Amino acid sequence: MKYTLVAWMRDKPGVLNRVSGMMRRRNFNIDSLQVGHSETEGISRMTFVVDGDDRMVDQVIKQLRKVVDVTRVVDISDRPAVIREMALVRVATTPQTRPEIVQVVNIYRGDIVDVAMDSMVVQIVGSEDRVDSLIDLLSHFGIQEMVRTGRVALLRGATGKRTKRSTAVWKAQASNGHHAEKEAQKA
Amino acid sequence: MTQSDQSSYITDEPRRMTGAEMVWEALLHEGVDIIFGHPGGAILPTYDALSAHEEGGRIHHVLVRHEQCAAHMADGYARSTGKVGVCIATSGPAATNLVTGLATAQMDSVPIVAITGQVPTTLLGSDAFQESDVVGVTQPVCKHNYLVTDVNDLPQIMKEAFYIAREGRPGVVLVDICKDVQNDSGLFRYDYEIDLPGFEPYPEVDESAVAAAAQAINQAERPLIIAGHGVQLAGVSEQLRELAEKAELPVVTTLLGAGDLPESHPLSLGMAGMHGEAFANRAIQSCDVLIAMGMRFDDRITGSLDRFAKQATIIHFELDKAEVGKNIVPDIPVIGDLAKTLPDLLPQVNERKHQIWLQELKEWRDDTTQTDIINFEVDELIPPYVIRQLWHSTKDVKEGAIVVTDVGQHQMWESQYYIHDHVGQLLTSGGLGTMGYALPAAIGAQMANPGRLVWAVAGDGGFQMTLQELAVLKQERDLPVKIAIINNGFLGMVRQWQQLFYGKRYTGTPILAPDFVKLADAYGIPGLVVTKPEEVAAALEQANNTPGPFLIDFRVKEDVNVYPMVAPGSAVDDLIRRPKPVVVQGYSGIEPSW
Ligand SMILES: Cc1ncc(C[n+]2csc(CCOP(=O)(O)OP(=O)(O)O)c2C)c(N)n1
Repeated sequence: MKYTLVAWMRDKPGVLNRVSGMMRRRNFNIDSLQVGHSETEGISRMTFVVDGDDRMVDQVIKQLRKVVDVTRVVDISDRPAVIREMALVRVATTPQTRPEIVQVVNIYRGDIVDVAMDSMVVQIVGSEDRVDSLIDLLSHFGIQEMVRTGRVALLRGATGKRTKRSTAVWKAQASNGHHAEKEAQKA
Repeated sequence: MTQSDQSSYITDEPRRMTGAEMVWEALLHEGVDIIFGHPGGAILPTYDALSAHEEGGRIHHVLVRHEQCAAHMADGYARSTGKVGVCIATSGPAATNLVTGLATAQMDSVPIVAITGQVPTTLLGSDAFQESDVVGVTQPVCKHNYLVTDVNDLPQIMKEAFYIAREGRPGVVLVDICKDVQNDSGLFRYDYEIDLPGFEPYPEVDESAVAAAAQAINQAERPLIIAGHGVQLAGVSEQLRELAEKAELPVVTTLLGAGDLPESHPLSLGMAGMHGEAFANRAIQSCDVLIAMGMRFDDRITGSLDRFAKQATIIHFELDKAEVGKNIVPDIPVIGDLAKTLPDLLPQVNERKHQIWLQELKEWRDDTTQTDIINFEVDELIPPYVIRQLWHSTKDVKEGAIVVTDVGQHQMWESQYYIHDHVGQLLTSGGLGTMGYALPAAIGAQMANPGRLVWAVAGDGGFQMTLQELAVLKQERDLPVKIAIINNGFLGMVRQWQQLFYGKRYTGTPILAPDFVKLADAYGIPGLVVTKPEEVAAALEQANNTPGPFLIDFRVKEDVNVYPMVAPGSAVDDLIRRPKPVVVQGYSGIEPSW
């Protein structure tokens, strides 16, 4: 399963390297990673997508928290959030295909941000699925070059109580799976 | 260098000084009186600023012969005192030489601050002479590290470095200081508030977890404690003993947990794991509640994870959240400082007896004593005998001797045959398993504890990795470290694996050694060769009674193996036992430890 994690870190030289180095060292696989400024000066915000299971993600979070420059880590995978990606796609055009491409882009509520004689640049912002499916369609016309950001995510307002996955996982495992299994074995 | 020399010097007045001077000023504020290092170009300004403090008797610098050993000495200093050890080296090759020593310390949660010189800021990244990206190279083996490019940042960075190294789970922090920064001047003050929002050294204790642990312990019929290095680091060995006695909980330890409970205590089962005693491992596989304290379920202790203590409810007391659930998923995680959780737990645990369980353990123990070779033939010199005699000759020393082992068979024999009755008396590289550790770490421990008896126990292989540090014993005015070389002519532990798992093809393991006694003599250090069992006690006696350093070259039988042994990938109770005993009538040289 894919998990979306958000980490805040002090904007110090080398901090990205600390985080990515830790991920590599611990053999965690990053699907995508997006860094930028946060609302607080001096603090950067990173959005990660990692592929794995609950236990692995629990480790990723804990190891991230151990990086001294990382100030906060939140797993927003199962919390209400706005999640977006952006892609810029330069697609080949001919006089014949151009209207069709425009139509497709409009349906996806994308924008055409540059037009040349034999190509145009399409911009799309949306969920990963929407971006995927537009790219899929555009590929029939011939994609010359493409760039995608990773996921960026923001929690929706009024989300209520924060739960910590780390403890939640143990508690869940202790109360059902693992512990119960052992109890059953003992009986 | 005494505390009073230091304290009369230290002032809280902010003062202008060079970066080089700031380094020492910060060390003095941290109460550092001994550092281990080796000079060179990029750190020269800092060395120059040391002279005033050396002359003033405030800081003593120990000159090492290889920077790896500076880190090991700082490690031995730190492990034997609980204080932060400090090592210092120049840029490039010197800094990269430090890496093994830093990794060794970091793996075993030892607090070290390492200071390195770096090329001037103007040359950074240009492949300048003796430039290496030390912050990049050491990042994976450090808790944190810094590159200092502005003299005004230096005091605060030094303060943070000590704080991070020491607080929470201890570890290594490296501070890499550009040469021009050492020469630049700035204002030194040390009254900074530490402000590290991302550093949470002591996570909040969840009292309900402690209560759940107490309840599980109270209900247990076959409880077992497995204690690790964390008990020593948190300084709670006394409380551990209280807990064990109150609820009659038997205790096994990890290698680094040796002495958490005195090993001669009736509730101690000694070390578990790959070379643990059969009954200790069997206890793990038969308990109903396993109480892990300050340990991290390393593969050397668990064997096959899939088959580790499956029957048991596992309680994990641990400071480092990331260790909880990493290898073993506990049923009851108790995250927090043992110095808090253990005292919280104690009153909630009921006084109890576990007679049936203890009787069962005793029977296994007796069976082990009978089946496994504890009594060896004595006309040959065998390593376990040497180690047991070493224990005999040092067991009555006040506070116990500090024993520093290298890595290999002798390290395991030491853990099996030396009876560790004092917490923290064994210093060894458990996590990284670094050959060459013993001599330099023993030097560090002896420098920190001038009044204590310190023994370095090494194999003929590992000793040859760092033997150049013999010179330090001499240069430090006959530092009285005693050295026992368990000389079997092989890289013994590897030879054992080749014998058991690689068809007895002994590639690369027969090892030639110099005449160690002559070598010691060349350094002006006395020594003895011992070839017969009957010479052992007298030689040890002589070493213990000789002021200053002493080396004994024990020429032991070549092909003795360490047993019991859990083959890699096996369950911990699936052991290769010791071969059938050869009982020698009337001989009691090696009596069982129980
Ligand atoms: C720096 C380093 N290199 C290699 C090893 C692998 N290794 C582990 S034990 C061992 C043999 C050690 O031989 P020796 O020092 O003679 O001790 P013995 O096992 O004979 O007691 C080796 C090579 C290691 N642990 N550390």
